[in-house]
Amino acid sequence: MLQIKDLHASINGKEILKGINLNVQDGEIHAVMGLNGAGKSTLSNVIVGHPAYEVTQGTINFNGKNILTLKPEERAHEGIFLSFQQPTEIPGVSMVNFMRAALNAKRKYKGQEPMPAGDFLKLMREKRQIVELDSKLTSRSVNEGFSGGEKKRNEIFQMAMLEPTLCILDETDSGLDVDALRVVAEGFNKLRRPETSAIVITHYQRLLDYIKPDIVHVLIDGRIVKTAGPELATEIENRGFDWIKEEVGL
Amino acid sequence: MTDDNSFVREVAEKKYEYGFTTDVQTDIIEKGLTEDIVRLISQKKGEPEWLLEFRLKAFRYWLTIEQPTWGHLKMPHINYQDISYYADPTKSKNKEPGEIDPELMKTFDKLGIPLEERMALAGTAVDAVMDSVSVKTTFREKLQEKGIIFCSFSEAVREHPDLVRQYLGSVVPYKDNYFAALNSAVFSDGSFVYIPKGVRCPMELSTYFRINARGTGQFERTLIVCDDDAYVSYLEGCTAPMRDENQLHAAIVEIIVNERAEVKYSTVQNWYPGDSEGKGGVLNLVTKRGHLRGANSKLSWTQVETGSAITWKYPSCILTGDNSQAEFYSVAVTNNHQQADTGTKMIHLGKNTRSTIISKGISAGKSQNTYRGLVRVAKDAEGARNYSSCDSLLLGSQCGAHTFPYMDIHNDTAVVEHEATTSKISEDQLFYCNQRGINTEEAVSLIVNGYAKEVINKLPMEFAVEAQKLLGVSLEGSVG
Repeated sequence: MLQIKDLHASINGKEILKGINLNVQDGEIHAVMGLNGAGKSTLSNVIVGHPAYEVTQGTINFNGKNILTLKPEERAHEGIFLSFQQPTEIPGVSMVNFMRAALNAKRKYKGQEPMPAGDFLKLMREKRQIVELDSKLTSRSVNEGFSGGEKKRNEIFQMAMLEPTLCILDETDSGLDVDALRVVAEGFNKLRRPETSAIVITHYQRLLDYIKPDIVHVLIDGRIVKTAGPELATEIENRGFDWIKEEVGL
Repeated sequence: MTDDNSFVREVAEKKYEYGFTTDVQTDIIEKGLTEDIVRLISQKKGEPEWLLEFRLKAFRYWLTIEQPTWGHLKMPHINYQDISYYADPTKSKNKEPGEIDPELMKTFDKLGIPLEERMALAGTAVDAVMDSVSVKTTFREKLQEKGIIFCSFSEAVREHPDLVRQYLGSVVPYKDNYFAALNSAVFSDGSFVYIPKGVRCPMELSTYFRINARGTGQFERTLIVCDDDAYVSYLEGCTAPMRDENQLHAAIVEIIVNERAEVKYSTVQNWYPGDSEGKGGVLNLVTKRGHLRGANSKLSWTQVETGSAITWKYPSCILTGDNSQAEFYSVAVTNNHQQADTGTKMIHLGKNTRSTIISKGISAGKSQNTYRGLVRVAKDAEGARNYSSCDSLLLGSQCGAHTFPYMDIHNDTAVVEHEATTSKISEDQLFYCNQRGINTEEAVSLIVNGYAKEVINKLPMEFAVEAQKLLGVSLEGSVG
């Protein structure tokens, strides 16, 4: 599904990613772990095409298509979804209008007619319940005045609406208490279809207790230095990252 | 995420949709402004002596005063002798009197203002004004059945001279300001509305102003009188061809609202804004004022200002009648090199008078957008209340937003509130939309329309839809 080869990327002239290789197959869940500043968020931003980052080398293929030439919205239409670490507030734009614009833009890209209003509202209701998102929140402006937990739930709700095939969860656990984390993670699991893949970016094991990864990567200084099964996450939880640094000679 | 990165990098000009010209034989008088010209205009319109006197007094006063400079505007030099003050596109030869040149009909069709009553927007009567002359007023007979007068200003002078004479200059005297004096001297056409006592006007009334001829100015005059217990909703729309010269538009609107009467006045102003380099465009220098003479009367101004190179206008309300209520709802969009200095004046004279000011400025490109407003509560205006909210939204870092709220309160019982915010469409917001599949243009339109919703909702339904589209179009290309 996703093949990243020798990816180098920089922001304001500073190289952050220094040769990333990553292969994600249909239905797989990959965890990317690492300390602050290792380049985890840069990796997710580059995959979705954030304009602040410049790709200087390497390729990203998604379902056989080179997506580096695609605009961010086209990558979204192709089925890539990023659950933001810090979802932005958009005052004045209601969740309903926002989701409708997003969903219909995708349908247009796929050559489909806009979804009739009635069907759309029904879909909103259905998906909202899965992440236990209050109906009041969907009538408010996008993320405006939402608590940290509500914002994250809202991200998963949007994911549910747009049905992506690759979900990137960028530190979805940050700022969440245990209960909120459980609701968000369980929501994600319920919504996920067998062929849906995910890249879960996190510092900690705790999110991975709910969303079980198939493969765990450790990212240090812009490179994936170690890849193993889920047991690696447990080991990091117990021993930290230093032993990996020593092992790879950093 | 630097500002000069991808956000507002280039300010490309969206093609102005109304920039075409109409090839029609137009009677244009020679350029320049003298007493003879004023006399000539009056003569061409076949006006009575009292109106010529009014014009001449205004002209003589205008000669003694200077163009104001207090606006937050870089005003190009206006050579008042290099403008033609009267252009009549209905004077083509070889046609019967009363017959309208098909080219003119076509023009208004193209602008979405069909003048054939059978094709007209349901529930809207239109007075179509091109350059200095009213081309046609629809649904006049139907309105007449209810005693409503809706006609061009020139006809009103001929057919209802007493009404015109009674109210002309009663709200905006010719000495009011420089452009008011100019307009009073050379005004050409415009609309006249009279709603008799107790009549609720059954349809929207609207005037559509179009500048066509080169080297001319448009100086229209609108007078609306709404008698006791009457109601009218009035809409004004404006467009002009693309020209590399500045064109002057100095209008006056006067509204008289009697006891328990209500007037809603909405404007969608889309004059040619000039090109992306700031060349050309209409100078929109307008004085609009309503007098709430009667107790319990209501007046509401709603304006969506997207066009013009320069906008200088302050639709105002004088709240004389006790318990009268006034509202001002405004969205002003500036892009490229446009400049707007706009706002309102709420003059509270009567007891328990209320006013509300909601202003939303949106600036993009290298434009400057200023809110300027005055709330005055006179000594005897017991229990007056005002609520003002002035918000500015910036797209990019090269534009400016300014707020000048003046308050002048002479009564201790007054309650005056003012709120102001400035915000910016951030790159993060746009990227968030992009990631959800919404492209940047659409995202800007979504955010801007959300921001302006409170004002747009005040417009009559059909025009609200138009205004929404217009907001999106005006800002197209404002984010890179």
